[in-house]
Amino acid sequence: MSIRVYVPRDSSALSMGADEVATRVIVEAARRAISVDVIRNGSRGMFWLEPMVEVATDKGRVAYGPVTPADVASLFDSDFLHGGQHPLLHGLTDEISWLKKQERLTFARVGMTDPVSLDDYVAHDGYRGLHRALSLAPAAIVQEVTESGLRGRGGAAFPTGIKWKTVFDCAADQKYIVCNADEGDSGTYSDRMIMEGDPFVLIEGMTIAGIAVGATRGYIYLRSEYPDALAILNEAIAKAYAQQYLGDNILGSGHCFHLEVRRAAGAYICGEETSLLESLEGKRGQVRFKPPLPAIEGLFGKPTVVNNVVSLATVPIILDKGAEFYKNFGMGRSRGTLPFQLAGNIKYGGLVEKAFGLTLRELLYDFGGGSASGRPIKAVQVGGPLGAYLPESQFDTPLDYEKFSELWAVLGHGGVVAFDDTVDMAKMARYAFEFCAIESCGKCTPCRIGSTRGVEVMEKIMSGKDCEKNITLVRDLSDTLLNGSLCALGGMTPYPVLSAINHFPEDFGLRRKGAMQEEQAELEKVDISY
Amino acid sequence: MHIAVHQATPGGLLPLLHAIQDDIGYIPEESYAYISKSLNLSVAEVHGVVSFYHHFRTQPPGKHILHICRAESCQAMGSEHLEIHAKSKLGVDYHETTRSGNITLEPIYCLGNCALSPAVMLDEKVYGRVNRTRLDELFAASEAAE
Repeated sequence: MSIRVYVPRDSSALSMGADEVATRVIVEAARRAISVDVIRNGSRGMFWLEPMVEVATDKGRVAYGPVTPADVASLFDSDFLHGGQHPLLHGLTDEISWLKKQERLTFARVGMTDPVSLDDYVAHDGYRGLHRALSLAPAAIVQEVTESGLRGRGGAAFPTGIKWKTVFDCAADQKYIVCNADEGDSGTYSDRMIMEGDPFVLIEGMTIAGIAVGATRGYIYLRSEYPDALAILNEAIAKAYAQQYLGDNILGSGHCFHLEVRRAAGAYICGEETSLLESLEGKRGQVRFKPPLPAIEGLFGKPTVVNNVVSLATVPIILDKGAEFYKNFGMGRSRGTLPFQLAGNIKYGGLVEKAFGLTLRELLYDFGGGSASGRPIKAVQVGGPLGAYLPESQFDTPLDYEKFSELWAVLGHGGVVAFDDTVDMAKMARYAFEFCAIESCGKCTPCRIGSTRGVEVMEKIMSGKDCEKNITLVRDLSDTLLNGSLCALGGMTPYPVLSAINHFPEDFGLRRKGAMQEEQAELEKVDISY
Repeated sequence: MHIAVHQATPGGLLPLLHAIQDDIGYIPEESYAYISKSLNLSVAEVHGVVSFYHHFRTQPPGKHILHICRAESCQAMGSEHLEIHAKSKLGVDYHETTRSGNITLEPIYCLGNCALSPAVMLDEKVYGRVNRTRLDELFAASEAAE
């Protein structure tokens, strides 16, 4: 029997040469007349080890990484096909503590299976959630999701079950399920990992959502920056159709659900649900007024569930194991797990799925291993480009929606971007305005024009011109953006800007509060009695 | 041809524009009249949509398109140096094409490869942990691929 060798096809692994490694393994095996079965799995999320090659042995799967094409011959020489010793060997994958310490629920299969094999999916507990859903009344499915405490993982953290209930209660001839896969936040890639590593879980989640609220058509709105995810999703959808997991009569139940992927076109704002709907309708992605809520008048004016990839991909496990099981993870009103994504200047970057409640410091140091550069971490931006910057003094905050709100920060989609002490926070504040100016849809004046004025004022501050006066101006402008924007782009750009000013005033040519007194005290300590 | 495929698709304008750009690399302004007529839109609406989205272009690009990620995670790992290097080496600014017509340089805001920052995308392939040497290799490879 041929030996199974896993080489990821996740685009991060590909970015480090996984395709070349896979080819080398096949060529080298053929040259040595060894029979191997190369499986292109998703990534386990330990990106510093990518491309990470795994071999299925009697004891379990064994990991080698990061493997370059040049290492492949020496791996064969070391008998890696039977877990042989090699400098790149990390032992049994499941025993690697970085992975072992996690609580993988939504990501249970990512990196384990062949993403486009429906058989593999079913063999690893796939479609158990759908089978259970088919045995329940639609209202009971909605109830189960509500009780699980699942909140929108895209960033807004709105209770998923409540959203579903609203759509369920609307009588309409057509309803829609829309998956927001326009993952534009810097520092986030969990949606991409699901779509590339376990697309069937998303398809299953959307199918369950459709059956629950009575929607017969679904769209995955996928960002154009993810061509690999597009190919994998389309392949998986075609296979689901072929086996009656999608279509007019799902598994003979009489339920109907059709699904297709629509490509976005590089506009960050289309991650906002109402502009996403505009875009799906073939228009400019301009934000809509709310009300009406998309749940009541959404896509083409019909009741629509708009959920993030991770929210929908979490539904199958909730249906399979029950609301109670899922709810038992987490703290306070943040139930379940969140796939955190470690990014930026970090030594061990990757995907950490943990129950809510671990601290930012644990994430950055116990998992992340500190900065990649070896310098102290000065600031961390959590929750994407509209998230606040946190200083070292806030690293002990538990990762929980409410705890972060108390600090005037957000967890968002779970992206965590670390910066070492070489970062200039004034530059980052300027960038936040610049990004807002580039991506503004133009509907609200504070966002459309204020963002550009913000860049200009920040440039004055950076050249040392009237810092105090100009900071007052930035605060004033931020206040206008906060209160005068329809959506989060304008409304939250002040988060990175003001948090940078408040926590790192010295980067803005300001003295830290109390700095004068400290300097005075230092002076008094100096012995001048010689 | 693309028009016939997408004419009846609900919200078919974006899929149609993608099909045209995938096929010939850009969306010629001369096509607006045909598109608008067949989708029952005004030319202004078509122009509005094409110009709204960063992905769509109305001029033919170079043989290859290099996207450099400018988002925060890549900035934390020195993407700014890559931008400066690429611009000076290619002799172009963003949204411009080299004189040889080989490479068009574009900014991009996140490729979802943030654990391996800084990242760039050449055509449809992403590269992680890119430094100046690696960027030079990509330039050389795209020259050689001609």
